[in-house]
Amino acid sequence: MQERPNLNYVRTLAAGDGDFEQKFIRIIKQEFPDEAATYLQHVRQDEPRAAAEIVHKLKHKFNILSMEKAYAFAVEYEEQLQLGNMKQDLDFRKILDTITRYLKTI
Amino acid sequence: MTCIIIDDEAAARAVVSQLCEQVPDLDVIEEFDNAIDALKFLNQQNIDVVFLDIHMPGFTGVDFVQTLKNPPKIVLTTSDTNFAIAAYEYEAIVDYLVKPITLERFEKSIQKIKNTAVRPVSKAENVASDTEKDLYINIDRRLIKLKIDDILLIEAKGDYIEVKTDTEDYRVHNTLKSIKEKLPEKTFLQIHRSYIINFTKIIDIEDNSVLIAKNVVPISRSNRPELMRRLNLL
Repeated sequence: MQERPNLNYVRTLAAGDGDFEQKFIRIIKQEFPDEAATYLQHVRQDEPRAAAEIVHKLKHKFNILSMEKAYAFAVEYEEQLQLGNMKQDLDFRKILDTITRYLKTI
Repeated sequence: MTCIIIDDEAAARAVVSQLCEQVPDLDVIEEFDNAIDALKFLNQQNIDVVFLDIHMPGFTGVDFVQTLKNPPKIVLTTSDTNFAIAAYEYEAIVDYLVKPITLERFEKSIQKIKNTAVRPVSKAENVASDTEKDLYINIDRRLIKLKIDDILLIEAKGDYIEVKTDTEDYRVHNTLKSIKEKLPEKTFLQIHRSYIINFTKIIDIEDNSVLIAKNVVPISRSNRPELMRRLNLL
């Protein structure tokens, strides 16, 4: 079963600061779709190393959203992309889809 | 203490900024999404600590550390634990935080910073140069190293300056006044409001112009006496 994202880390960091929590949600809602789109574009254009760069950024968001397994997967996938191997693209897209759906709920 | 945050991800900057807010006496002066803008800022203002992401496109955090001649205390922030060894090769780096950063770990880092004497960087010290013989110029967010001795002349062109060398010309968004401050007075001289020349490169001088390589450069009436004074006239 796919790991589910959450805001536990963000809420711990906010320590009751609602303004920060809202600010952070705004940022991630803006930044994540752009990065996901950039990733897909590099995959379409068969640019694995450029895709690795954006996976590096995306994996930090997995971390922030408490998705430890997704993060571990992204670490390995980033290495594969650096070697020119995009075979795990579909599994990576599933993670992106999960987060995209989640961001619509917050 | 004052600090700046450098990270190409807005989400990551927001996290570090929030952590800073929870630490007494730590003020975030500015946030940057690239290291080059931060470098420019550090040439204008003294700060105590830099929270620096290593992995940024183009000019990386490591490039940033290597470029600063006398850096303030630096705390690296990254998702990659395998950068840790490289990080401690630089004296200025006092700690290394792996994302996602917890408040507890962040506070330890602040303690580490306080336990080491913070040496603010003076504007004069913080020249982006490895040695006095080099000059770094910012072209399309990359810092390109030029040997000062290779510069023939610099021409002001509106908001830009053109730095001419034997092999290449570089167009830089800067002012003649600013680059003049970085060049050794011994060999560089402003001979016109739009030109600074390396007068060791002069081929010949006519009444109101000098020839440097293939460039004819005008001499203004007011600057001519200083040029003549510096030349080894027979």
